[in-house]
Amino acid sequence: MYDVLIVGGGVIGCAIARELSRYQLKICLVEREEDVCTGTSKANSAIVHAGFDAAPGSKKAYFNVEGSRMMEALCQDLDIPYDRCGSLVLSFDAADRPRLEELVRRGQENGVEGLEIVEGETLRTMEPNLSSQAVAALYAPTGAIVCPFTLTYALAENAAANGAEFRFDTCVERIERTDDGFAVYTNHGVLHSRTVVNAAGVYADVLHNQLCENKLTIVPRRGEYCLLDKTEGRLVSRTIFQLPSTMGKGVLVTPTVHGNLLVGPTAVDQEDKSDTATTAEGLAQVTSAAGRSVSRLPMNKVITAFSGLRAHIAVGADDFVIGESAENFFDAAGIESPGLTSAPAIGAYLADLVAEKLRAEKKNDFIAKRRGITPLKELPFEERRTIIEKDSAYGQIICRCEQISEGEIIEAIRRGARSLDGVKRRVRAGMGRCQGGFCAPRVMEILARELQLQSTDLTKSGGESHLIAGQTKEGWDK
Amino acid sequence: MERNLICIGCPLGCQLTAVMENGVVTAVTGNTCPRGDEYARKECTAPERTVTGTVRVVGGAVPVVSVRTSRPIPKEKVLELAQLMGKIRVQAPVRPGDVVAANVLETGSDLLATCSAAID
Amino acid sequence: MKHVELAIIGGGPAGLAAAAAARRNGVEDILIIERDSRLGGILNQCIHAGFGLHTFGQELSGPEYAQRFIDQVAELSIPCLLDTMVLDLSEERILTVTSRTEGLQQIKADAVILAMGCRERPRGALNIPGTRPSGIWSAGTAQRLVNMEGVMPGREVVILGSGDIGLIMARRMTMEGAKVHAVAEVMPYSGGLKRNIVQCLDDFDIPLFLSTTVVEIHGRKKLEGVTLAQVDERRRPIPGTERYIPCDTLLLSVGLLPENELSAGANVALSPITGGPVVGEDLSTSIPGVFACGNVLHVHDLVDFVSQEATLAGEAAARYLSAGESQAETIPLLAEGGVRYTVPQFIHRDTTENVTVRFRVGQPYRNAAVCVYVNDQLLRRIPKRVLAPGEMEKVILRPADLPAEGGSIRFCIEEGTN
Repeated sequence: MYDVLIVGGGVIGCAIARELSRYQLKICLVEREEDVCTGTSKANSAIVHAGFDAAPGSKKAYFNVEGSRMMEALCQDLDIPYDRCGSLVLSFDAADRPRLEELVRRGQENGVEGLEIVEGETLRTMEPNLSSQAVAALYAPTGAIVCPFTLTYALAENAAANGAEFRFDTCVERIERTDDGFAVYTNHGVLHSRTVVNAAGVYADVLHNQLCENKLTIVPRRGEYCLLDKTEGRLVSRTIFQLPSTMGKGVLVTPTVHGNLLVGPTAVDQEDKSDTATTAEGLAQVTSAAGRSVSRLPMNKVITAFSGLRAHIAVGADDFVIGESAENFFDAAGIESPGLTSAPAIGAYLADLVAEKLRAEKKNDFIAKRRGITPLKELPFEERRTIIEKDSAYGQIICRCEQISEGEIIEAIRRGARSLDGVKRRVRAGMGRCQGGFCAPRVMEILARELQLQSTDLTKSGGESHLIAGQTKEGWDK
Repeated sequence: MERNLICIGCPLGCQLTAVMENGVVTAVTGNTCPRGDEYARKECTAPERTVTGTVRVVGGAVPVVSVRTSRPIPKEKVLELAQLMGKIRVQAPVRPGDVVAANVLETGSDLLATCSAAID
Repeated sequence: MKHVELAIIGGGPAGLAAAAAARRNGVEDILIIERDSRLGGILNQCIHAGFGLHTFGQELSGPEYAQRFIDQVAELSIPCLLDTMVLDLSEERILTVTSRTEGLQQIKADAVILAMGCRERPRGALNIPGTRPSGIWSAGTAQRLVNMEGVMPGREVVILGSGDIGLIMARRMTMEGAKVHAVAEVMPYSGGLKRNIVQCLDDFDIPLFLSTTVVEIHGRKKLEGVTLAQVDERRRPIPGTERYIPCDTLLLSVGLLPENELSAGANVALSPITGGPVVGEDLSTSIPGVFACGNVLHVHDLVDFVSQEATLAGEAAARYLSAGESQAETIPLLAEGGVRYTVPQFIHRDTTENVTVRFRVGQPYRNAAVCVYVNDQLLRRIPKRVLAPGEMEKVILRPADLPAEGGSIRFCIEEGTN
C-alpha cells in the first residue's frame, strides 16, 4: 500500500514526486513508457515563460509566475542549465501597439517584473537579425530557457534519492476506489494507494473521468518544431515570440541552453493521443511563420524535426485543473503551455495539498541537491584533465558532434538510461548534427555491455523499437 | 534475339544492344569504343562478378572478417555463394589473403580474407 | 606542451597518404591522430571491391586498399595515436586531444594536415515528415553494423538516395538475406556510379525509382513502412502518386558533408559549395601551415584521387616546413556556368608543376564541352559526351597556362555545337 501513487512521469509528475519526497510518505510513480520524459516533456519549446500571457486570476497565470520565480533556484539545486535570456513578443504592425500595451498591463497584474515595450534602434540593437517587418516588441527580462529533459530527469533522480519508487513500462488500465483508497490496475498487476495524483498528460482526462463527476475532454494539440545546428544558435539571443492568437503563443524562435536554435510550434488539434508524427504542412508552416520574426532563417541547417502534444482541455475547463478533484484523487490535468514553467510551482502546491490531506510530516533528512552529469566539454582544461585522470572512460569521445565521452554515457546508463533515446536525452550523445550517425553503434555497444543485453534486445526508445533484427546471414534461413 | 545493356566501362554509360544467335553474340551496337563491345559479349554469354562479403570468426577480437573471391565467379552463383558464406566459420587469427574456403561452389575461385582478425 | 613538426588529423586514406608523402619528403616528426581504434578510416567498412584501379592497377576491397597505406606508414615508422579525438584546433595550430590512455593533452604543431573526412547527411536535414521510430539509418552506419559488427538493422529495406553508399548497401543487404524493395532517388538521375547501378541494383532486380522521394515515415516505435511519391521538376511531391511500401528499415544515402568543425574552429576559410576549406594548388588553406585533403576538402567518388590529393598535401606540408609559406601572388579559379566548384580554388603563380583541377557539374549534360578561359581568352575546350554530377571531372593546367598579373581562370560548361 502506497501513500501516494502518481500516474505519469513527465515533468509535472516528477516535480510532484520530488516535492512529495520531502514528506514521510511511501510514494510510487508509474509511467507507461520505459523512461521518464517521453511525452510532452520531451517535445516542447523549452521555455520559462515570464507570465504575461495568461488571464489574470487564472491558475495558468499564478503557476506560471510562481514557477518562473522558482525555476532558477531549482535548476541550481538540481545542477542543470538555466539561462535567463529574456524574451521579446514582436508586433508587425504599428496598429498592434495597444495589444502589446495590453500584454504589459496583464503581465503587471500577474506580477511579472521588468516588462517594457521596445522599438526602433533599441529593438534592432538587441536583436540585429529580426526581420524588417518587426516594428515593436514587448521585452520581458525574466523570460528564460531550460533543458526540459535534464529538468525532468533531475526531478526524478532527486525524488528517487529521497525514496520515491518509479515503475516503468507500467500502464494504468483503470482505477477503482476501495475502502482505504484506490486499486490501480496496470498491465503489471494491481497497485494499492491511499491517494492518486493524476499527471497523465494527454491521458489525464481518461483517469479523471473514471473518478470525477465533472468530466473533462483533452484534445491533444500538436506542435511541430525544427531544431537547427549549433552554428545558428546565436541568430537570436532571446526567445522571440509573435503576438499570440487563440491557438497559442504562435511560432517562436529561440536559442536553447545547449546552443542550438529552436523554431516552432504549430498548433493543430487532433484526436489521437499518441500520434507525434511531423507533417509536410506543419514543417512548412513553421518555416514561413518563423521567417516573419527572423530574416534569413537558415532552414538548410535543420538537424531534426519533431512534434509534441499539448494537453489542451477542450471541454470541462478553460484553465489548468489542479487540486483534489475527487476525494483523495488529485489532478494536474490540462497542463499545456506554460506547463514546463509551472512545473516547480504545481509540484510544490500539489505536494503540500496531498501531504496535508494525509497529515504527513516533513522528513528531516530530505536531500534537496542533486549532482548533475558533468558535461565535460564545458569544463576548463585542467578540471577536465583531472576527471579523465581519475576515470579514463571520460577520455574516450563517443559522440563526435557533441563531444560526449564514454564516461558520461556510462553515467547516464547508471542513472537509468536503457535505450539510445534515454542516453541521448540525458547526455546528448546523438543529439548533434549527425544525429547519431557515428555514435549510435558505439552507444549501442556500451548499452549492451553495461546492461548485459544482447544486441537484439537494444531499443531506440523501449518497447518494440528494436534496433537490430539479428545477425547477418540469418535472413537466409527465414 | 536482342539484349539491351548499359556499359559499365566508363562514366559514359552507353546503351548497348547485343544481337544473339544460338547463345553467341553476333553483333553489338550502341557502343562508342571497343570496351563496350567486349563488355557486351562477356555479359551476354558468361557474365561474371567478383563477390565480396563477410564470414563469421570463431575466437576472434572481431565478429566477422571481410572476404572476396580470388577471381570472378559466374553471376548466377552469386546468391548461392552469399548463402554459403553464411555457413562458413573461420578460426582466429585471420590475416589478409588467408584462404577462408577453397574452390567455392566448384568455381575454381577461392574465398580470401581481406582484413585481419586477431585472437580475442 | 608537446610539440610535433606535422600533425595529421585523421588516419583514413587521406591522412595515411599525406603522412607517407611528408616523410618521403623529409619530415621527421609526424604524428597521425585517429579517432577510431584502427587506421584506415571508412575504408574498413567498405568491404566491396573496386578500389585502387588507378593507383595499383587492380580492384581491391576497401580494407585491402587501406592496408597498403597502413603498411607504408608502418615501414616509414610514422607514429599514430589511435582512439584519440582532436577536440579543438586553434589558429596557432595547437591541438587539444583526448584519449583513454593518454588523457587530455595539448600538442603544438608547426604544420597541420586536415584529413577528417566527411559525414552523412541525416534524416533531419531532409525534414522527411512522419514518425520517429527505430529502423532509420544512414547507409554508412548500416554499412558499419553489417560489415564490421555482423548484425542486421532489419530485413525489409527501402533505400532513399542513390548515392554510391546506398547502392552498395542495396547489394550488401540482399547478400545478407534481406529484401530490398526499392531505391528512391529524388533527382531525375542517380548520384551514383553507373557500374554500381548495374552491379548492385540490376543484378538483383532491385527497382530504382527516379524523381521519387519518401514523403512519410510510418510506425510509432518501430518503422512499419514508408510512403513514396513522385516529385515534379522542383522536387515537390506530386499528389496522387503516393505508394506505401511496408518495411522495417529505411537507409538514407542522401549526401555526404565534409566534416569541418575543427577547421571552422581554427578560422580556416570554408567554401559554401564544397563545405570544405578553400585551398590552393598546394592544398594550403587560409591559415598558414594548415593543409587539407580528402573528403574533408570535397567529397570524392574514388579513393585513388583522395590518395593523389593527399600525397600533394604531404609534399606541400614538407615544403612549408623547410621553406615557409609561398609568398607568390594567387590566381583565382572561378567556377561558373554549370561548374559547381573547383578544387583548388586558387593557384600560386610560382607553381612549377602541372595542376590537376577537379570539379563537379551541377546537372547532367550530353554533348557539352568543358571550357577553360584565361582572362576571357579560351584556353581549352574539352568536348564531353556525358557529364554527370555524380562523376568528378578534372582539367590539368600547366604553369605556362597561367595568366599575367591580376588575371583569373574561369571554368564553365558550354552546351551543343560539339
